[in-house]
Order: sequence, then structure tokens, then C-alpha cells
Amino acid sequence: MSSGLTDLYQEVILDHSRNPKNFGAPEESNRQARGNNPLCGDRVSVYLTVEGDHINDAHFDARGCAISIASASMMTEMIKGKTVAQAKSLFDRFHALVTSDAEGEADEDLAELASLSGVRAFPTRIKCATLAWHAMSAALDGADEDVKTE
Amino acid sequence: MASSAPFDIMRVRQDFPILSQRVYDKPLVYFDSAASAQKPRAVIDAIKHTYETEYANVHRGVHYMSQKTTDAMEGAREKIRSFINAVSEREIIFVRGATEGINLVADCWGRQNLKPGDEIILSQLEHHSNIVPWQLIAERTGAVIKVVPVNDAGELEMDGYEALLGDRTAMVALTHVSNALGTITPMAEIIRLAHAQGVPVLVDGCQAIPHIPVDVQALDADFYVFSGHKLYGPSGIGVLYGKETLLNAMPPYQGGGEMIDLVTFEKTTYADLPFKFEAGTPHIAGAIALGAAIDYLTGLGLEKIAAHEDDLLAYGTEQLGKINSLRFVGTAAEKTAILSFVLDDVHPHDIGTILDREGVAVRTGHHCAQPIMERYDIAATVRASIGLYNTRDEIDVLVKALGRVQEIFGS
Repeated sequence: MSSGLTDLYQEVILDHSRNPKNFGAPEESNRQARGNNPLCGDRVSVYLTVEGDHINDAHFDARGCAISIASASMMTEMIKGKTVAQAKSLFDRFHALVTSDAEGEADEDLAELASLSGVRAFPTRIKCATLAWHAMSAALDGADEDVKTE
Repeated sequence: MASSAPFDIMRVRQDFPILSQRVYDKPLVYFDSAASAQKPRAVIDAIKHTYETEYANVHRGVHYMSQKTTDAMEGAREKIRSFINAVSEREIIFVRGATEGINLVADCWGRQNLKPGDEIILSQLEHHSNIVPWQLIAERTGAVIKVVPVNDAGELEMDGYEALLGDRTAMVALTHVSNALGTITPMAEIIRLAHAQGVPVLVDGCQAIPHIPVDVQALDADFYVFSGHKLYGPSGIGVLYGKETLLNAMPPYQGGGEMIDLVTFEKTTYADLPFKFEAGTPHIAGAIALGAAIDYLTGLGLEKIAAHEDDLLAYGTEQLGKINSLRFVGTAAEKTAILSFVLDDVHPHDIGTILDREGVAVRTGHHCAQPIMERYDIAATVRASIGLYNTRDEIDVLVKALGRVQEIFGS
């Protein structure tokens, strides 16, 4: 029995990791931040185009595992067209999804991101799932420093 | 010394209580001994025996228990001296681990000897613990770091090393065995070349000491450090070997009890070696149990252990080599039993998680050796490191578990 593994590596996650959306540094962006996971050496850069209160475009570049790539890929798709406040709220709810023990009620706004809930059963992998989100949040805050998962 | 009995692996495994544990309802297959080795009953019993029957603080007490404990701890020091063939037990300094040993030398030797522009030679193979202490002392003294490159197989480029050795070289600090790749470096030759220029050499022996016989006099090493927990002993105890003349010339590392001769507020004189470098109450039970680990290993026979591990390395290289998408990282002609590899389409972190659920413990990541990962332009590898208790069957379990990875990732 490898229960949990099939929850962790769902087809939708593997798809995103093989063919990530919005992958690669764009020619233009006006907010960016990098995230490092010192535990495994993985890195992600998030590039946003923010006008007024809206995130008009989102891309990322990364070297990482299937979980971190898939999470970053879904994130860029989800936050495009959202307001800054909506993106941050989404991060909060995503964070709760991958860290809370309770099953809780399905959060329909999370859409595809719900597929990452399997990470919950793998505490050592939660940082993989949240790395790009921390970088996104730092980019929105205009942080100069790299964010770390530690 | 070594017994004449054959190396009976199934009997040896029974000496390690943890190996009967199950994880996720599967037998534990432990391939992470390079990070920390499991402990034989003899080591666990030595700790228990110390605390239950012979424990007090060492070196100062006039009472029975203190004397017994001091004898046991100094007995362990003598076992270590003999194990690495140091001239004197004054050259055996107990430290917390190799990391503290390197920091001690970088700090005490470096503070006294390094000048602006002096060069410290390291290599791309180094663990962070043999990089960062030198960077810290270089920052304080104005010394600079020079790095010996490695070739595609993970072997030191000896031409590059010789080219770096020169008038400005003040110290060479290199690993005896790479923790990430398993490469055995030609340490006797490295030291000979350095000494020809009058340069001392510190050897990081963490990964060498559990696998190959180490003779500090034959090597002519100036400093040699290792950690107890990789040698099947406890964590929190390690050894710094240093030539007596060098250690005598160095200032103390930390001040405190045990390391003094006479203290007044005007002037303090320091204790003789090895106590000059052992401020504070040491890890007494740890030191004694490290002695027990050495007794255990010499009882099994170092040559038999090495032969067993070499067989597993050859078998593992052959079996893993059959996996099409697998690429070994580190294929040195001379290496210890470390199988470091990547799979084409799957990140090591994902591999590690899947193997874990099959009961197989491997290390995934940069192995605290980011420069060598950069050398191969990878972020991480999967590292299966073999200990004396591993078996061919366990290699088969690893191969099967890698099949599961390919199943899940459809590669």
C-alpha cells in the first residue's frame, strides 16, 4: 500500500509539472521576487505585471520538484486578472489547504489548487507547495530580498 | 584485533536493533548512513552502562566514580589514537563533531597564521562545513579561498591542485572522501605536494573513516577531523587529530574549566594537550561509546567491512545502471559505497518521497555540498549511501522502488 502517494501525485499535478503554464521569465514585468528552499536548493522566481490594484500578468521560472512546479504553474493561472487583495486571500486559503489537519469544507474558489491538498500528508513537502506563493506575496509587497522557506 | 570469523551479514544486522523497525508497514531499508549511521547494540549498551554504573564528571573528582569515568573516557581516547595511528593521545581532541573540529582549526590556527593575501585551498567536493569556517576566517584575516576543480567523473583535478599550490598558499583543507559523490581523493599525494611547499593540510575525514583504514602518520596529515555518529557512534562527539607541535603552538579555542592550568585575574595559563582545547564538561558518555564503536568495528574487521561494502557498491552500480533514465553523478575510479544519481524526468525530492513510502530511506537534495551540484548544473541528487549492515536484497528493494517512481511519473 502506498496510500497518499496517489493523492499527492494526481494526474493534474503531473500535467502541470510536465507542461507548466506561464513558465519562463517574461520580457516585461514590474514586480518580481525569488524564493529559495535552502533544504533542497530549489529556486523559483515570480514575475508579475501589476497595474493599480490588478495583477495583469504572472509568470514564473523555477528549478524544482513536481509539487513546486505544479503549484507555481497553477498559481500563475489563478492570480492573473485578480486584485492584489484577492491574490493574497487566495494564498491564505491555499496555505490552510496544505497545512491544516482538518478536511474542512471544500473551498470552490481554489479550483485546481485543491488537487494539492494531498501534500498535507507529507509534512516535508509543504514547503515545496508554498514556495512560489511566498515569492508571489513578496513580489506584491515589493520586497527586495529573496524569500526563504526557512 | 580483527576476528577470523567470516562476515556474516545476517548476524551483523542483528547487532543493530533499529534495523528490525518497519516504516509504513514495510521493512526499513536504510541507505542514509553517510548522513548518520545506525548504532550497534555495543554502542547503545556503552551509553547505558556509563549512566547506570560508572558516571561522574571527569578529571577533577577524587572520588571513585569520577576516577572510573575518567579512566573510561581516557581509555576511549587511547582507542581512537590507536584506530587512526596517532603518535600520542595528546593529539586526540574531543569535539562535538567534524564541524567543530574544522572551526577550531580555522579559528585558532587561522587567527595566528593567516595574513592578507594568504591563500586557503579547498575543492569543489567540499561539504559546507569545510567551506564556511574558512570563509569566516578569511573575512577576518584578509586571506582568500582558492578552489581545486573536479573532472566529470567527480575526481579532483590534480593538475589544477598543483597549479594552485604556491608561495601564497597557507593552508590546504580537503576532504578525504566526498559526501555527495563518494570520490576518494588521493590524500597521501595531496599532502606530499603541500608539504613540499611547506603548507599544512587539514583533512575532512568524516566520510572516509567509516569505510577506509586511516593512518594519520602514513598520510602525514597535519589535522584530521571526523564525527562519531558517522562511525556508528553517538552524535555530539567527534575527533580533531592534530600534530602535537601544531596544536601546542595554537591558542585555545574556548575558555572555561578543564582547559586551564592556573587562573588568576591577572593571567591564566592553559592546560597541556589535549585538555587545552577541551573547555567545559565534554560529552563523556559519547566519548566512551565512540570507543565502543571502534571496538565493534575492529572486532568485525575493517577489511571485511570494506569488502562487503565494495561488493554492494559494484552490485548497486550494476543494478541501478540497468535503469535507462538513470544517470550516476560521481563515477570516480576510487570511491566508497555511495550511489548518487538523478532520473531524467523526475526531481530527486519526488523520488525521495516515493521511495520513503516503500520503506527506503535515501537522502535527496544538495547534501550540504552546493558547489559540487553547481559543477554538474543540477540542484540535487538522490544519494543511496551504503553502510556495513546493508544487503544485496536491499539494493533490489531500492531498484523495485525506483520502478514505482517510474510507474507514478509514467516515465
